[in-house]
Amino acid sequence: MSSNPLQIRSLNVAYHRKLVLWDAEVAIRPGKITAIAGPNGAGKSTLLKAALGLIPITSGEVLFFGDTLKRNRNRVAYVPQRESVDWDFPVTARDVVAMGLYRSIGWCLPVRSSHRRLAEEALADVGLADFSRRQINQLSGGQQQRVFLARALAQKADLYLMDEPFASVDAATEQAILAVLNRLKKQGRTVVCVHHDLQTVSEYFDDAVLLNMRVVAQGSVGDVLTPENLRKTYGARLPLLDEAVTDLSMPTALKKF
Amino acid sequence: MLAATTFETLWRVLLLQDHNTRVVLAGSCVFGAAAGLVGTFLLLRKRSLMGDTLGHATLPGIAGAFLIAITIGANARSFLWLSIGAAISGIAGMLTVLGIRRFSRIKDDAALAIVLSVFFGTGVALLSAIQQLPGGQAAGIEGFIYGNTASMTSQDAGFIFASSLLVVVACVAFFKEFSILCFDEAFAATTGWPVRSLDLFLMSLIVLVTVIGLQSVGILLVVALLVIPPVAARFWSDNLRVVAFLAAIIGADSALVGVIVSAVLPKMPTGAIIVLVAATIFTFGLLFGSRRGVVIQLLAERRAASRLRSEHMLRAVFECAENESPSVELSAILNKRPWQKKEVLSEIHRLANAELLTLAADGLKVQLTNLGLIESRRLVRNHRLWELYLLNHADVAPGRVDRDADMIEHVLDPRLVDELEVLLAMESHRRFVPLDPEKMPS
Repeated sequence: MSSNPLQIRSLNVAYHRKLVLWDAEVAIRPGKITAIAGPNGAGKSTLLKAALGLIPITSGEVLFFGDTLKRNRNRVAYVPQRESVDWDFPVTARDVVAMGLYRSIGWCLPVRSSHRRLAEEALADVGLADFSRRQINQLSGGQQQRVFLARALAQKADLYLMDEPFASVDAATEQAILAVLNRLKKQGRTVVCVHHDLQTVSEYFDDAVLLNMRVVAQGSVGDVLTPENLRKTYGARLPLLDEAVTDLSMPTALKKF
Repeated sequence: MLAATTFETLWRVLLLQDHNTRVVLAGSCVFGAAAGLVGTFLLLRKRSLMGDTLGHATLPGIAGAFLIAITIGANARSFLWLSIGAAISGIAGMLTVLGIRRFSRIKDDAALAIVLSVFFGTGVALLSAIQQLPGGQAAGIEGFIYGNTASMTSQDAGFIFASSLLVVVACVAFFKEFSILCFDEAFAATTGWPVRSLDLFLMSLIVLVTVIGLQSVGILLVVALLVIPPVAARFWSDNLRVVAFLAAIIGADSALVGVIVSAVLPKMPTGAIIVLVAATIFTFGLLFGSRRGVVIQLLAERRAASRLRSEHMLRAVFECAENESPSVELSAILNKRPWQKKEVLSEIHRLANAELLTLAADGLKVQLTNLGLIESRRLVRNHRLWELYLLNHADVAPGRVDRDADMIEHVLDPRLVDELEVLLAMESHRRFVPLDPEKMPS
């Protein structure tokens, strides 16, 4: 299907001489929320970055909406890991969100009040309406994560690629992000998240891609999360794994206090 | 006699009487502003040491250009000619750093140190060769190392003025582009900004500033004028525009004072004076800066500590009053936490002055006033909600939230606060004892 929002074909990526991704074949279905899961060092973030052209690929092809990224830039939004930037940068939350609009503002033109309003709307969407004028270094980790999410929302894209949006965030942020993901889905947009927490995959996501240098399995969460697939992905870490599998078989028992 | 002449010179400089002084002052001033402005981005891009390496790497170019000019019989003192040499070897130095970074696993700091010392060493060797030339032609070239504006011609100053103005205009025009590049390069790339070209453009502006700064600050100290003004400006503001503007002002002021002093005392190296002025402004900001100054932070810490003390006191009185009568024994408060009787008493007096509580005539009992009751209820509720939040959502707490200043509703989702309220109500039957985290139902 060439009209998939994201189609990755035989993608190989190497750091120095070490291969990190082997012939990765990924098809992301439109209108779904997809998790990319796998152990540490499995190449989850690398997959996103390589697809977005942020790191060089050794071989392979990446298609966005059946075409190159260059032709579809404004339909794709990226939410990097929070740790990837210096939060001591002298700007406010609203300034960061406005950065999602810079491209549409164009070369050398200033940010105008209409753009600031758009940025404030995006901040309100992630529950940070009261924080728009706050210095970004005075936000908590979860709030910083939501600022990044708002910046991507301001881009009004059709495909959202998020690198560990749920990593070490507080409960309030988790709720806010989930609400945003579901709203995006309702609007027919596609979301792909690198996700580290196996326990919540079936609760939060429609589809999953299990990755460990190679793609082990992909498809709807119910089909993918079998004990055998998980064992293939996570290898011999069995004690922890069995626990995870038991938990997954009882979806109602998850994440409730 | 000497003093009179000095005064007269200073007077003439300040009144801008000669054309030359005027042009040199204007040139240096705009140059200082350009350095502060472009330095802001250099600093935010975490490339300060790159600026230092760049400055040092210009020396072989200057010496080389000088030698070539002598060989072919051209004017070896032409600032433009020497600048071109400086720019070429500066860029070569920068490319070497980038090359080492790209093709080897040597870390950045090592690469910078290697390039800096090798290029500078080459330059020093060439300089000593120049100094052995007959006829004292080398005189004045060391001015480029320490900077000296006394010998600057108005033509040089005009060149500096024009190039600096170019840098200022570029920084203003590309402000938005440079700021996204410095904050989040990867994101900028995904939204379609040509980050590599932007980076190259920014670095070229740095090269240009370094080269035109040779004559005023000199190659050793040019990094100071790139880095100190933005760092000093950062003490005063959290707004990038203001920081950049202040950095430009500080850079311009430093250059201005340096040039004036140098005009009055031609033996003084301008670069050193410029750096000293900038450093003075920096130190002032470090101490008294309105955002990050040491004094303001100490004050804020003390205020926070004192607020915490009053909060503890109000909560202690409130909780004692909850269990017993509204009038609370001093001894009960003293048992509440490990605090000294002296601090408890002084805190009680402070709060009594603020009309939050009243001290009985015998000095052994305290009672909350209405105002104190409202305030302590607010504090206790906020505190307990936070406590519950931390116990129930132990995943990761909101890191930098100021738990006293931020009411919980401002930070957490209203639904979550409702949930916590329910928990709080449930707990109130158990006399506000927080649940044992070990026994929490999971």
